[in-house]
Amino acid sequence: MALHTGRGFAAINYPIGMNLGGDPSQALVHANPDGKFTVALSAIDLGQGMKSVTRQIAAETLGVPVEDVYVDTADSDTGPHDMGSFASRGTHRMGNAVIMAAKEARSVMLDAAAEELEVDPADLVTDGRGNIHVKGAPSRSITTMAAAQAAQFKQGRTIAGRGIFLIPLSEVDPDTGEMTPVSTFAHAAMLVTVEVDDETGEVTVTDMQSAYEVGRALNPRLVEQQLRGGAWMGMSHAAWETTEPYYPARDHGPVDFNSYIMPGPGDLAPHHISVLERPAADGPYGGKGPGEMCANPVLPAVVNAVFDAVGVRIDELPVTPEKVLRALQAQGGAKPRRRL
Amino acid sequence: MTDMVGGNMFEMRKEFFRDERDDNLNEVGKPTRRQDIPGHVTGRSPFFDDHLFDGLLHMRCVRSPHHHARLRRIDTAEAEKMPGVVRILQGRDVPRNLNTLLSLLDFGIDDEPLLSDTKVAYKGEPVAAVIAQTEAQARAAVQKVRVEWDPLPHVLDVEEAIKPGAPVVLDIYPNNKFVYHGKYDHQKLRFGDVEAAFRGADHIVEGRYQMSPIEQAPIETCGAIAAPEQNDRYVCYTSTQGLFFSLGTASKVLTMPSSRLHFIGGTVGGGFGGKVDSIHEPLAILGAMLTGRAVKYAWDREEEMQVGAPRGAERWYLKDGVMRDGRIVARKFTGYFDSGAYTRLSSYAIIKGVGHLPGPYTIPNVYADVYCVYTNRTPATAMRGFGITAVDFAIETHMDKVADVVGMNPIDLRILNAYRDGDMKAHRRIAKNCALIECAQVVAQKAGVTLSPALAAAASTRDGGGARAALPAFTATDEGGRVSGFKSTNYAKKGGRQPDMPGVPAYQSPRTAPPTPNPSPQGGGEPTPPPATPVRTGAMRFSSLSGFRRR
Amino acid sequence: MKTPVTLTLNGAERAAFADPGQNLLEFLRRGVGDLSPKYGCGQGTCGACTVRMNGQTVLSCLVLAEMAQGATIETAAGLATPAMHPLQTAFMDHFAAQCGYCTPGMLVSAKALLDRNATPTRDEVIEAISGNLCRCTGYEPIIAAILSVAQGRIRA
Repeated sequence: MALHTGRGFAAINYPIGMNLGGDPSQALVHANPDGKFTVALSAIDLGQGMKSVTRQIAAETLGVPVEDVYVDTADSDTGPHDMGSFASRGTHRMGNAVIMAAKEARSVMLDAAAEELEVDPADLVTDGRGNIHVKGAPSRSITTMAAAQAAQFKQGRTIAGRGIFLIPLSEVDPDTGEMTPVSTFAHAAMLVTVEVDDETGEVTVTDMQSAYEVGRALNPRLVEQQLRGGAWMGMSHAAWETTEPYYPARDHGPVDFNSYIMPGPGDLAPHHISVLERPAADGPYGGKGPGEMCANPVLPAVVNAVFDAVGVRIDELPVTPEKVLRALQAQGGAKPRRRL
Repeated sequence: MTDMVGGNMFEMRKEFFRDERDDNLNEVGKPTRRQDIPGHVTGRSPFFDDHLFDGLLHMRCVRSPHHHARLRRIDTAEAEKMPGVVRILQGRDVPRNLNTLLSLLDFGIDDEPLLSDTKVAYKGEPVAAVIAQTEAQARAAVQKVRVEWDPLPHVLDVEEAIKPGAPVVLDIYPNNKFVYHGKYDHQKLRFGDVEAAFRGADHIVEGRYQMSPIEQAPIETCGAIAAPEQNDRYVCYTSTQGLFFSLGTASKVLTMPSSRLHFIGGTVGGGFGGKVDSIHEPLAILGAMLTGRAVKYAWDREEEMQVGAPRGAERWYLKDGVMRDGRIVARKFTGYFDSGAYTRLSSYAIIKGVGHLPGPYTIPNVYADVYCVYTNRTPATAMRGFGITAVDFAIETHMDKVADVVGMNPIDLRILNAYRDGDMKAHRRIAKNCALIECAQVVAQKAGVTLSPALAAAASTRDGGGARAALPAFTATDEGGRVSGFKSTNYAKKGGRQPDMPGVPAYQSPRTAPPTPNPSPQGGGEPTPPPATPVRTGAMRFSSLSGFRRR
Repeated sequence: MKTPVTLTLNGAERAAFADPGQNLLEFLRRGVGDLSPKYGCGQGTCGACTVRMNGQTVLSCLVLAEMAQGATIETAAGLATPAMHPLQTAFMDHFAAQCGYCTPGMLVSAKALLDRNATPTRDEVIEAISGNLCRCTGYEPIIAAILSVAQGRIRA
């Protein structure tokens, strides 16, 4: 009759984008006469922040404040093709397409400003606050609004851009499995502390310490959202949820949230996150995608922590009190390992 | 930068890889408020169901209560007379009632009906769709549809399903296994010679790992509302994760040019991979086509849980050859993806998983056989970590076993075996941009775990490459699992022409030629002969991985 | 036969016809046109449909529309006046929403808590939102947002 504490570790990497490539994304960027920009996409925001991260990428590339950019998605009549929001591809593929489109729009904008200021466009910079000025001479300046109006009504230029990002499809060798799966990987490590009750078999996660490497945190709060939410889902996968509790038998399949159980706000474990950034050579500002790998290390870390706590290894997920108790029984009781 | 949320620490460890970054950016890197959050907190964010239509009709499906059964007869006479019922759809109403999702990418053989009319292969498979004025009326009418079933033997375990004599779940492929490259009933990974390495190893560590199916369980269930739009088009508000993926699927299954379809989405109440299967859009649009009214088709929570495609179960067998100093010299995998009754996206998951092996470690001998297996359960689909999550669970639990066997600190073991920049990986590509070591070191430091000094000082940018960049001198290959009677398409050859960059269309609109007639019934009779020319022209995708059956 | 139902929604009198057996959630959404409460399960287990009826939080998917005759209903759509309510601002500042689908119900539960207990403990916040499932955030930012309003601070 005891509570045993144990710690478990796991480390993973995660492929960014669809396997083998061949998953394109497109973007269109255009300015209205006031110099406010719309980014037209067909990407889907599932909550991961697609609309927000592409907005920041567009603003950065255009050299305008984020308040002057709006991301419009998804309407097949007005947005160009995108493969979809899955495989952690959104930031990487869509971000790159947005950069390409924004670069084209920016260059037209600078051409327009240069014509008004009677300078070479190569001498111009944007201040990120709505102004375009000569490098080193901030007084020789024009607002993006004035440049857009001149472009539209005087010069006959369209401040607009098109972008596409595609990693060409590659192939798989049937005999060796040789392939080019993706161009970049994200990474994670996780150490989980659990408490195992050897009388009830219940496993409680009491602490999570993690490090995630995401290429670049394009918006650290969006990254944190994913990492916290994803680790929570990982905890749920490890010890809570399944549609087939007696797989491969289909008996007792849950049909509502009373029986499809997930940790509630009272079941949370503190999660201390460290974020590393090793930019992807082909990522937008080096960004990779944290959306999927955030959950993965938690599953084995919990199983390993249970082993550390009581010496039983639950090789079939989810870890349930029933499985823990049966294993303890077979083993003749808890045998703490306490290696970490 | 360190922050706390309710006792939860969050920090950016900028000192790692600092020389590879420019941190002086204007908007990137800022904690800017989400563009869509004002809509979320005011309830104005427009999810697919947040659109009002006059006279919206509701669709509910009649579903199989059996794991596996022949459909002898559907009698809708009584149901059609129920109050509020407008129309009842069956398989014969679907212009092209056989599809596989990845046919949009030229991968795989059409295997799944939108509404089954001859056989069902999982409990919950839809055989008719009732459209009525209210949801309650549709539910009541569903109860009055009489279906006569001939139950068939079913199989639910992946290793039982591939045995000779097992019930045939999907008769297109032999022994309930998807065929890869027209050549094998699984995907292989062969790098070096694991058997030789096992003979020389100090320890052999084996394990069996199982994940059971998991529901994506977004708070918003899957659904779509379709309505006739002006100008002889149909608008479809959808929860899909892939707007054009779903549009293309609807276009194919309904034999309707994509120019007549107007898909609107982009704001979805959680997806996690469960909103890719593109089932609701074609059915809702078909309902709108045949009634001339707006039609909503959405799963209720019970359907979302047991009929909606989950993360597929996976079973992995691992065998490691380990030296007493902790170096893993050989790793062998046998993996079984439980695809359920139809292929959907599982065929792709196996390739993705194989491309991920043996994990972020440099192991000189790697072997894998990974199978996509059909069973009589709800078809599986993508979920967060598709193709990766379950095998990583297996790998990292196995690593812990290895650490225990050799008596090594589990974090030290990871760092020792971790891949480094310049190392050759099992799928014959050089590792780059690695960071596993640094992540492990940060966690060890935070958790107060003392590492061995050499490993505490290791780095992804050091000690990789050189001899570790070499391909193995010898790789043992084999023709196990060879199948015959399947023809692969011409993209299979190594060194085949790559499409030019950029702008190779990965999506083609369907041909406008008349559709092929509905295929012969499944489970008996001749299988559909393959088309003489491919359905889709242009760049062939994944064609090396699919096969077309010939007699 | 449809039944006329008149109620007060976010301070304004509204009326529509309820289908037989229609629940309050569908009545509010399709009958009246307030799309803020959401369908998540129809089984009373997820909280996405949470509204306040005569001051009490209820699961509108389990309430018959007819039972709301004459009732005072508050939904998330009524929080802004049009200035954002402190809870809405706190949710935005704390990144307490990702997909946003649970958010309207979550806000109704949070407001009901603060209306009856202006200084809840963390455990009291947890109990108040335990009927509102969130699949995206892991709950921590939501708890932090609610506590920040309770503690008189709006910024993180």
